[in-house]
Amino acid sequence: MQVNGEFQPTIVAFCCNWCSYAGADLSGTNRLQYPANVKIIRIPCSCRLNPLFILRAFQRGADGVILCGCHPGDCHYTTGNYYARRRMTLLFSMLDYLGIEKERTRVEWVSAAEGGKFAATMNDFVAAVTKLGPNRRLEDLRCSKD
Amino acid sequence: MQRIGVFVCWCGSNIAATVDVEKVSEVLGHEPGVVFSTNYQYMCSQTGQDMIQSAIRDYKLTGVVICSCSPRMHETTFRRACEKAGLNPYLVEIANIREQCSWIHKDKAVGTEKAIILGRAAIAKVQLNRPLTAGESPVTKRALVIGGGIAGIQTALDIADAGFPVDIVEKKPTIGGKMTQLDKTFPTLDCAACILTPKMVEAAQNENIHIYSYSEVEAVKGFVGNFRVTIRKKARYVKEDVCTGCGLCTEKCPQKKVPNEFNLGLDTRRAIYIPFAQAVPKVATIDADYCRMLKEGKCGVCSKVCTAGAIDYKQKDELIEEAYGAIVVATGYNPIKLDKFDEFAYSQSPDVVSSLEFERLMNAAGPTGGVLLRPSDHTHPKTLVFVQCVGSRCDSEEKGKPYCSKICCMYTAKHAMLCREKYPDTEVYVFYIDVRTPGKNFDEFYRRAVEEYGVHYIKGMVGKVVPENGKLKVQASDLLDNRQLHIDADMVVLAAAIEPDESARPLATMLTASMDTNNFFTEAHPKLRPVESPTAGIFLSGACQGPKDIPETVAQAGAAASKAIGLLCKDHLTCNPCVAEPDELMCNGCSSCEKVCPYGAITYADKEFRGPNRTTLIRRVAQVNPAVCQGCGACTVACPSGAMDLKGFSNKQIMAEVDAICR
Amino acid sequence: MSNSDLMETIGRISGVNPRKCMKCGKCSGACPAYDEMEFHPHQFVSMVESGRIDELMNSRGIYTCLSCFACVERCPRSVEPAKLIEAVRCACLRRQGMDHMKPEHIPAILDEDLPQQAVTSAFRKYRK
Repeated sequence: MQVNGEFQPTIVAFCCNWCSYAGADLSGTNRLQYPANVKIIRIPCSCRLNPLFILRAFQRGADGVILCGCHPGDCHYTTGNYYARRRMTLLFSMLDYLGIEKERTRVEWVSAAEGGKFAATMNDFVAAVTKLGPNRRLEDLRCSKD
Repeated sequence: MQRIGVFVCWCGSNIAATVDVEKVSEVLGHEPGVVFSTNYQYMCSQTGQDMIQSAIRDYKLTGVVICSCSPRMHETTFRRACEKAGLNPYLVEIANIREQCSWIHKDKAVGTEKAIILGRAAIAKVQLNRPLTAGESPVTKRALVIGGGIAGIQTALDIADAGFPVDIVEKKPTIGGKMTQLDKTFPTLDCAACILTPKMVEAAQNENIHIYSYSEVEAVKGFVGNFRVTIRKKARYVKEDVCTGCGLCTEKCPQKKVPNEFNLGLDTRRAIYIPFAQAVPKVATIDADYCRMLKEGKCGVCSKVCTAGAIDYKQKDELIEEAYGAIVVATGYNPIKLDKFDEFAYSQSPDVVSSLEFERLMNAAGPTGGVLLRPSDHTHPKTLVFVQCVGSRCDSEEKGKPYCSKICCMYTAKHAMLCREKYPDTEVYVFYIDVRTPGKNFDEFYRRAVEEYGVHYIKGMVGKVVPENGKLKVQASDLLDNRQLHIDADMVVLAAAIEPDESARPLATMLTASMDTNNFFTEAHPKLRPVESPTAGIFLSGACQGPKDIPETVAQAGAAASKAIGLLCKDHLTCNPCVAEPDELMCNGCSSCEKVCPYGAITYADKEFRGPNRTTLIRRVAQVNPAVCQGCGACTVACPSGAMDLKGFSNKQIMAEVDAICR
Repeated sequence: MSNSDLMETIGRISGVNPRKCMKCGKCSGACPAYDEMEFHPHQFVSMVESGRIDELMNSRGIYTCLSCFACVERCPRSVEPAKLIEAVRCACLRRQGMDHMKPEHIPAILDEDLPQQAVTSAFRKYRK
C-alpha cells in the first residue's frame, strides 16, 4: 500500500490468546512503540492457525504474516505450539518452493512477560518486509485494491 | 439481516489522546451491517454499559462490537452487560484499540486509521458469530497444595477451615520450609520455630488435611474442577504409621558423615535422620545415597534397635492417583549458589558465609548451639562485615538475578542487631546500596539497628575479600565519605539473592501455568489478580510468585485459599462454550483429530445417515465432549476434510478478519 | 567542544550508558589504584552522567587509572567505568594543540628501567 509515495506494508499478526496476545498487551501497557502496519488477530492457540489462513492473507494483499505463540513447552494447551511449529515448517518449505521470500513469513515465540520482545520482533519484521517491497507473487488480482 | 451496534470507548484520554474516536465511530457507522455507532468516555462504566443495553433494546441489535481496551480486561464485563439486555453474550466482539493501538502509536492519523481497520475486522467477525450456550462441568471438592512451607501450610489451614479436604505434597521429609531454618523473624524478633510449629502441628492434626511428606507431584492431567494428579511418595524405608519418632536409630546409625542439609552443610548428620526436633511428621527417613545397608547390604543397626519395628529396607516408591478441583502452588524459594562470587572468597574461606548459613550459626538448634563462632577455628569473631545485594539487581544472567530480592535488607538488619545484642564487643559493618524497608515497622527496626545498637551502615560496596593469615581482608568503598576502606574482618556474611525452587519449572510445565524469565509463576494480572495463575484452577501462594517476606506470604496464602474456596464451593463450573464442533456430514472418521487432542475430548460414534433411494448408511463420525474440550483448535487444522471447526473462532470468522485487515 | 558534544563523543567512543549505574560503589571498592586518584571510578560515571566532562579531562586521576578492568569485572550493571575513562582519555588526546608533553621535561623523568618504547609512544599521544 502506498502512503505519501512511500510503501507501507500490510502485516497480519496471529497471536495466541494466552502468551503472545498478552505479551502484545504488555508492550502496549509499557508504551513500547512498533509500527501501525501490524494488525493482530487473536486465536485461542497457535495450533488454530491453518496455513491456508496465511495464504489467504497473501491472496488478499498482505505483505507479511507472522505467527506468535507460547514458547515450546509452555503452551497453555500443552502441545498446540508443537503442531504449529511443524505445520509452519512445512509451509515455509512450500513457500520457498513457490519462490516467496522467506522474510515475508515468520514464527516467533513470545511469552506473556515478554512485552519488549514482542515490540522488538514487530519492529524488526516490519523493517524486513518493507525492504522486500509489496507482495506480488501470491496476490490475487481479483482481490486487489486498485 | 444483521443489525450490528458499534461502541467506541475513549477510555478517558488513554485512547482518545492518540485516536480520533469520534471519527472512528463515524466511519464504522457506515460499514455494511452496522445500524448504530456511538462513542463514550468510559464504556465499561455503569453509564457506558447502560448505553449498550439501551441500544440493544432500541435498535434490536443482533451483534455488538466494542472498540476499547484489550478483551483480556473487559470481555467478561461487556458479555455480562449484553446478556442482561437479552443478547447472547457470545454475539459480542472486542477490538483492541488501546494496548494494541492507541498506546503504541503517537501519530493520531496513523492510530485512527489502524483503529478503523481493527474495528472493521471485529465487525466482519461478529457478523458470523453464532449464539453459544456455556455447558457445565462438575467440581471435585478437594484441593491440592504443592509445597509445605508457611505459604502451603497457611493455605491448607484456611481451606480446611472452610470445610474442604486438602492434601499437602511436600518434597522434603518434613513440612515447614525455609521458616524452620530461621532463628528469629523481623520486625518483631519472634522466634521462628515458636510461631511456625503450632501451625505445623495444627496442619498435621486437622482432619481435613492430609500431608504427603517426602513426596512429589509426578503428573497432572485434566482441567479446572477436574484435575487428576499422580503423586510419587518416595520411599523412606521407614513405615510412617509405625515409627514413633523416638530417634534411637538416629543416635545409633554408624554412618555419621552425611552433610546436614538442614544446617546447609555446616555440620553432619546420620544416614537415618529426622531433620530437626519439631519435624512434622516426626518420622525417620533413610538417605539411600549414604545408607550402608541399602548400598552394600551390610549394617542393619537401625532395624535392630527400633523397638517399633518400623524399618523396612524393601520399601518402594508409591504412586498415588488423586482427583482435585483446585491446585495451589506454594513451592517457595532458595538462596542462589554463591560459587561464582570469587570476589568475596566464598569458596575460598569457610568464614565467608551466606545469610542463611549465618542464621543457622546464630540459632540455638544450629551447628554451634547458638554461639556465634567462626567456622574455620571456632573462635569468636570480633569484626563482622555484611555485604548486601550479592547476586541481586545484577544484569549478568550467569552471575545473578536482575530483581531485588526484597527480604535481604531487613534480615541483614536483623542479623546485625541480634549480633550486637548478644556480643556488644563485636563491631558490625553493613555495606549497602540502598536500604529497602517497605513494611510496617520495618524502617523503625532498621533505625534501631543503627541508632540503638551501633551497627555501622556504610553506603558503598565491598570490592574484594582476601583471606590472609586467618583474617579476611575486606576492601570496600565508602561513597559518602569518598574513601576506600580496608577492614580486617573475622567473618563476612553475604546477603544472597533468592530464586524460585528448582522444582518450579518442571511443575509449571505439568500444570501449563505461566512462568516469567526468572522462573517465578506469573499471575493472571499483576495488580488485580495476584494469587491466580492465568490457567484456571491454579492458584499461587508465597515466594513462588515473587520474593516476599513472612507477613506478605501469610496474607497471600489466605488470598489463594479464598480463591480456591470460591472455586470448590461451586457444584458446577460453566465451561468455555468456544469448543470444537464437527460437521457430521463432512466427517469421514479418519481419526486425525483425535490424535492431536491434548485432552482426549474426541471420540467416535457410528451414526446413521440417510442415503440415496431411501437407504441408510452407517458412518463413523467424530464426537467432541464439550465439557472436556478446551477450545485450542488443533483438531480443526488437522482435519483433512475441513469438517472440524471451532465455535467462536471458526474458519470463516478468521478469514473474514483477515479479509477486513487486508482490504 | 560544547558540553553536549563532549558527552555525545564520550558516549560514542565508549558505547557506555552511564544511566545504568545504580550508585553501588563496587567499582571503587575493587579499584587497586583508588588512593592515587582524585576522582574514583564511581565518580567517573556520575560525572559523565551529569556532564562534568571538563573537570574529568583536567584531572590527574584518568592517568593514574591502571586500566586493570577490575571495575568492569565487578560492576553488577555492566556499566564498564574503565571504558568511560578510556573515552575521556581519547577525548583529551583528540584535542589538538594541547601539547601535554614537552621534550624539555623528558630528562627529568627518564630512568634506566624506562623502556624507550614508553617514551616514544607517550610522545605520540601527548605531544599534540
